[in-house]
Formats: sequence, C-alpha cells, structure tokens
Amino acid sequence: MLYAFLCYHDEAVVNGWTKEQDDAVLAKRALVTDKLRANGKLGPALRLMPTTAATTVRMGREPVILDGPFAETKEALLGFYVIDCASLDEAIELARQIGREEKVVFEIRPVKLFLPGAQVGSEAASKAGSKVA
Amino acid sequence: MTDMAWIDAGLRSARPQAVGALLRYFRDLDQAEEAFQEACLRALKNWPVNGPPRDPTAWLILVGRNVALDDVRRRRRNEELPAEETISDLDDAESDLAERLDSSHYRDDVLRLLFICCHPDLPATQQIALALRIVSGLTVKEIARAFLVSESAMEQRITRAKSRVAKAEVAFETPGAVERAERLGAVAAMIYLLFNEGYSASGGEVHVRAPLCEEAIRLSRLLLRLFPGEPEIMALAALLLLQHARAPARLDGDGAIVLLEDQDRRLWDRDMIAEGLALIDKAARHRRPGPYQVQAAIAGVHAHAARPEDTDWSEIDQLYGVLEQLQPSPVVTLNRAVAVSKVKGPAAALTMVEALAEPLAGYFHFFGVKGALLMQLGRANEARTAFDQAIALAHTPQEAAHIRLHLDRLMKDSQPAP
Repeated sequence: MLYAFLCYHDEAVVNGWTKEQDDAVLAKRALVTDKLRANGKLGPALRLMPTTAATTVRMGREPVILDGPFAETKEALLGFYVIDCASLDEAIELARQIGREEKVVFEIRPVKLFLPGAQVGSEAASKAGSKVA
Repeated sequence: MTDMAWIDAGLRSARPQAVGALLRYFRDLDQAEEAFQEACLRALKNWPVNGPPRDPTAWLILVGRNVALDDVRRRRRNEELPAEETISDLDDAESDLAERLDSSHYRDDVLRLLFICCHPDLPATQQIALALRIVSGLTVKEIARAFLVSESAMEQRITRAKSRVAKAEVAFETPGAVERAERLGAVAAMIYLLFNEGYSASGGEVHVRAPLCEEAIRLSRLLLRLFPGEPEIMALAALLLLQHARAPARLDGDGAIVLLEDQDRRLWDRDMIAEGLALIDKAARHRRPGPYQVQAAIAGVHAHAARPEDTDWSEIDQLYGVLEQLQPSPVVTLNRAVAVSKVKGPAAALTMVEALAEPLAGYFHFFGVKGALLMQLGRANEARTAFDQAIALAHTPQEAAHIRLHLDRLMKDSQPAP
C-alpha cells in the first residue's frame, strides 16, 4: 500500500529557523529517508514554498481566485497534482480546466524542492527496488 | 534541537500577535511588554512539563492578561485567578476570549503594534530600534550591537521613542479601510528601512548586517500572511527576498564590496529568488502596479540573468521610467542613468546624472556613478575629482575601499605602459 505523508507545522516557526536549524532538521530526517530511498521505497517528495506564495481557486459557477492558502476546515485534502507551469496564470487556467463543473477547491502552491524519487507502487518497481537493495 | 530551542522559536513567532493583543487590552506598551515577558517565563516553566499548548499565542495572551489582572486583584486582596497550569487551552470557559482572538483582531493588533513603532513623530533610527525591541523582541544589547552603538545609548534611544509614542494618540478601535491602508503603507516603509539598514549599513565597520535583513524578511512575511491580497505587500516581500538572495556574493573573502556585475551568481540563493519571483507573479495578477512591484520587477530582471551580459537593461531602463512616474526622486533617476549607460552609452547617462548635481550633492552613490561614467568616457581628471568626493561621503570603510579601487585603476591607466 502506498501512503502519502503530509507534513504540518507552524509556518512562522519554520520560516524563522536559521539555515543551520533547517539543515539540522533535514539531516535528522535523512537518517530515515535515505534508507527508504536506497530500498526503492521512497516516492516523490517535495517541499512547498510558504503559504504567502499560495493562490486559491475555488471552483463553482464562476471560479473565485483568492490570494493566500486554503483556509477552510470543512473540506478535506483529497489529493494533489504536481504540474510544470510557465506562470501562475497558466496554473490557474489548468486548475479551472481540471476542476470544470465541480465544486472543488485548488490551492496552488509553488514547489521549493522536488525530489522525484523511485517509481514506487508497481510490481516491476518493487522488484527493481529489491534488486537495488 | 533541544526542547528549549523549540520553545524559544515558538515564543518568538508568537510575540507580535501576543504583544499586539495585550497592547489592545492594556493600551500601554510597557504594561503589554511586561505581561508578555511574564507569560513567557511561565511558558518556559510550564511547557517543558505539560507540553506546548495547541495554540501557544492564545495561551500567552491569556496568561499574560491573567498575570496582570492577578497583580491587580492581589493588591485588592481579592481571590486569585486560577493558575496557568490549569489553563489547558481555549475551552468553553474562555469562549469569549477565543472569539476576541479571531484572525481579524490578530491582524489589526499586529498592524497597530507595527504602526506604533513607525509613528511619524519618530525619526527613522528610532522607528527601527523600537520595532526590533517591541515587535521582534531583540534585547537592547542585541540591537545596540546591530547598530554599533553602546548599550546605554540604545537604551536611551528606545526609552525616548517609547515616551514619544505614549504621548502620540493611536486609535485602538478597529481601523477603517483608509486608516488601515495608511498604516500598512507606513509599516511597509519601516520594514524596507530596516532591511536597508542591514543591506547597506549607514555607519560603522560592518557593511552588511544579515540579521537585520532576515528580520525584515520575517516581518514582511508576517505582514503578508495578515494581508494576503495586497500586491504591494507581496512585492515588498519579493523585493527583500530577491535582494537578500545576493547576500552571499556581495562581499568577497576580505569583506570588500563586489559589484552586481562582478558577483559569482552561483552563490545567489536560488530558493529566495524562486519565492521572490513567485510573489511578483502573484502581485502582477492584480493589475495595480506600485513602487514596490516595480522595484521587485527590477530585482527580478537581475535574478533572471545567469550572466551579467544577459541582463535586459532596456527592460530595467523602462521599469525605472515607471518608477520615476510613481515615485519621482533623484535617486531613482540616478539608478535609471546606470541602466541608460548600458543601453545608450555613458554620454547619455552622464547628461542625466549631471542634472542631479544639486539634489544629490551629499550622496555617496551620485559621485560613485558620476566617476564611473567619466572614467568610461576617458575623462580621468574629472573622474578622480568625483571619486575623491565619493570617498569623503562614504558611510563604511568598504564603500571607501571600493572607490579607492577605481582610483587605483585610474592611476594605473594614466601611467605610461612599461
């Protein structure tokens, strides 16, 4: 079974870390994720830019575009796409196309760091992974 | 990171909102600060034992307020309030407080706190010092070190600023739209000032003071989280990020200034650049251009150029043209002249610069740019005079050293080849 791990933290605290503090956290995490990567178990991982860089598109009869992150608690996170866009305008246009005739909300957040990882989840990939291990 | 380091980071990030809310409650800066200090002391004792509360900011406000009330009641020999150990979080008993802590109040609390620090009655240096003390929570000693003045001098500066602010009438009611916009503009200007103080020090031995720049970026992000739909605040954050991204390349190993065109661009911080460009993109969608957006766009043009020769100088020239209209100033025209020198050559630029001689008579960069243009035109003697004037006006030893480098080059060029 593939599991997605969604990381939450107080943004003001994390953005206030010095480079050294930030590196220390990543190094600590790498103790776990490096082993997973070596075993072909680690899929894509990414770090998002701060929510101040986010734009939210609320679909409906007329899509509403809002600056900032998605702030409601009624809706739940259902999934996400990672799309290479030339601009924020293109990203918003794609959100409109994907969510057409739905009442879905997209929070569009630029990605700071993207690690493609192994192709996890398929039979072939897990065999390939065990070969690497 | 130890527990204490996490708690410290938490207290630091909660500070602007907590002090802002306590200020609304007490309407007195000193009292609000003291209440926050006391709440922090209790947090340091309580949190390692009971774990951090779900909403640390609300905890600090509640405890800070109770401590102060407690003091009053103790003086009246009344019953004490429950100890903070029993306050787990915002449950039903505190629902009216929880309601008052909603995000719109937070927003105006923090804005008011920032606005008080940049009150128009205060000179710029006092504004920055007060903001660092009150909003950022730096100690007087830390601020004194940043400004390279003695601790007692800084103590005096802050005390003076506080008493001026106490006399000034700042409205505690929820501000109207116009007032909010005015406050936002003043606060943005103060944050930019703070950044510039770190980016290009106005005095002392150290030319770049990164902690001041980082604090300015932190405050700009805070402001943007509170006012997510303001394109000028997006652009302010973008501008600071794009400029600070160059910090690792701005000084060489000996601490000497490296000009933009000579910087090793591989040292620029790509994360900051990406975030800055994303914010510019966001701001542009609003189609409400403003001075910060134009300045951020100029920084963005530089960030896009992998090599100095890739720089789109005619785009920069045009952007400065827009900035001249939005915010006319001789310094903007001087900067535009640099772009013009790249597009149309040094003669055209010098004509622009010479027209600025009167308003910029005491400005270091005016003589630096003038000297460089004269040098390009082969007018060595006039260039030397301009550089001498620049050195006399330099704020830091690095500025002076940089100009001396030009002079050395002139000397070399004027000597016959061996």
